[in-house]
Amino acid sequence: MNDFLLNIKNLKTYFYTSDGLGKAVDGISLSLKKGETLGIVGESGCGKTVTALSILKLIPDPPAKIVEGEILFEGRDILKLSDPEVREIRGNEISMIFQEPMTSLNPVFTIGNQISEVLTLHQGLKKKDAVDKSIEMLKLVGIPEAERRVNEYPHQLSGGMRQRVMIAIALACHPKILIADEPTTALDVTIQAQILELLLNLKKDFGTAVILITHDLGIIAETAQRVIVIYAGRVAEEAETKELFLNPQHPYTQELLKSIPKIESSQKKENRYLHEIKGAVPSIFQLPSGCKFHPRCPYVMDICKTQEPDLLKNGERHLARCWLLNKEYSNGKRNGSYLDRG
Amino acid sequence: MEKETDHILIEAKNLKKHFPILGGIFSKPVQWVKAVNGISLNIKRGETVGLVGESGCGKSTTGRLILRLIEPTSGEVVFKGKDIFELSKNEIRSLRRDMQIVFQDPYSSLNPRMTVGGIVGEPLEIHHIAKGQEKRELVKSLLNKVGLMPEHMNRYPHEFSGGQRQRVGIARAIALNPDFIVCDEPVSALDVSIQAQIINLLIALQEEYHLSYLMISHDLSVVKHISDRIAVMYHGIIVEIAEKEELYKNPLHPYTQTLLAAIPSPDPTIKKSKPKIKENEKDLDIFQRGCPFQNRCSFKMNQCMEDMPLLKEVDKEHWIACYLQ
Repeated sequence: MNDFLLNIKNLKTYFYTSDGLGKAVDGISLSLKKGETLGIVGESGCGKTVTALSILKLIPDPPAKIVEGEILFEGRDILKLSDPEVREIRGNEISMIFQEPMTSLNPVFTIGNQISEVLTLHQGLKKKDAVDKSIEMLKLVGIPEAERRVNEYPHQLSGGMRQRVMIAIALACHPKILIADEPTTALDVTIQAQILELLLNLKKDFGTAVILITHDLGIIAETAQRVIVIYAGRVAEEAETKELFLNPQHPYTQELLKSIPKIESSQKKENRYLHEIKGAVPSIFQLPSGCKFHPRCPYVMDICKTQEPDLLKNGERHLARCWLLNKEYSNGKRNGSYLDRG
Repeated sequence: MEKETDHILIEAKNLKKHFPILGGIFSKPVQWVKAVNGISLNIKRGETVGLVGESGCGKSTTGRLILRLIEPTSGEVVFKGKDIFELSKNEIRSLRRDMQIVFQDPYSSLNPRMTVGGIVGEPLEIHHIAKGQEKRELVKSLLNKVGLMPEHMNRYPHEFSGGQRQRVGIARAIALNPDFIVCDEPVSALDVSIQAQIINLLIALQEEYHLSYLMISHDLSVVKHISDRIAVMYHGIIVEIAEKEELYKNPLHPYTQTLLAAIPSPDPTIKKSKPKIKENEKDLDIFQRGCPFQNRCSFKMNQCMEDMPLLKEVDKEHWIACYLQ
């Protein structure tokens, strides 16, 4: 139990707006071990980013409020800490990188300034030492001519370079946890490959645990050890990466995996159409009753419409929130029919 | 023997678009950004040609040039036997009936103050195809075709989700029964589970109307799924073009190889041998001579720094612009 670095229990973050109550995160539990890479996948609006921001108490209050739950970091509940105490953790022990490297860097300070800020604040370094350390960090994340770059402003760098700077800032204090929220979505594929490789290498060097949030199943398959699939503010499925991709249990995961075009498969001429998931992701203000996926689910049963299933076990470390995992309801209905693989 | 040119619907020949960088006190062009620098490409009837490349490589500019939405610096686009840049204003107007575009962002490409019925019906009215009740009936059937309901006619774009908006954009594009549609990143703004719906819609419409598509995207797996042939662009030129299975199985240009190796695969059992992407290199100075890929290429030769390699056919229907072959 104690090898968990981070343990989130039943987190609920709601938005109180003029449109009503938006249940962005509605009872998410997850845990992260030391040095592990945990992938969180989901579509836009399913609560991935709100979960990440909640961990660091960065959600805007109002309109959002964490109404329930515990976020245990090394045994301490972050939600119960005072603001100065949270500030001690933020950027020091848990840090975060965001999707859009242009808007998350301050345009009026040099990148050297922005890296040094973290170091002087959390590690009490003198200004000159902090600048030296900044140059070292820039070299570490693979920025050429670091001595010159340290005096440049964010607009003078390309997108990939900016994301490297963000990583340098995030790792400057050797955090225990790095939360990467869509770190490569704004970047080109070749740059994306470089940034992911850099993240994984640095992770190895520093022993940092990484929470990688993305909508791209390919990135998850290549980088994460364990995956959590989120749908409508809830954990739909949780498993080790290989297990999840080879033996998905939740219909949402299955459908999602079937619907993405795969680059390796050579398709036949008559099979031009992709598998479709009908409908759209529900709005957090108007969630359906029962299982949140039931209006789109190909295996929907009566009970799905009225009662929401718990996370049920399929094997030792594989969980899925689906009634079909309950023996009473499955009665052989889905005997592996969704598995395309021979 | 039938002539191959009979099937060619549209052909771009040595198309160039250079944008000026203005400077000095008189704002004169001091240098030129060669956004599109000599593209030759043909698209056959009923064919989908994919155009892939990273951001800023000129793929959208190419799409716009082919529709004459912008004027080229030089080159020609032959559509149904005529160079579209030679056409008069009236002829252009009828050309618009044959060529359409679907944009990337369904949020900004639809007028927020027009109803969906107005948006889809506008081209019908402008081209004097139908008005009044007849137009309304046509719009209804168009909405039906793209998977929307007739009652959606009176709603505004903000009432729709991203996927539905893209359907509206597609309904508008097919309203005039065109032969050719440029799809500029049609699914990149959409959620993963919605992408398949839109891709399938595009395929179904192609089968029904025998459309030709130019599919512009940075997502190689989407392009691979929908295209017959794929052209890879880098810094304003096409570096490789081939039938899709050939391109993915046997990429010859170093850039195509890099690009394909960089795509993360959603199958954890596949272990790819990653060719090392050259790290930390400066990207090309846009004013430099020679091959645009030289700074990132592991096989750079002296020749690459002197002259730009030209596209040549190395295998049947497989063209590359590289001195290695």
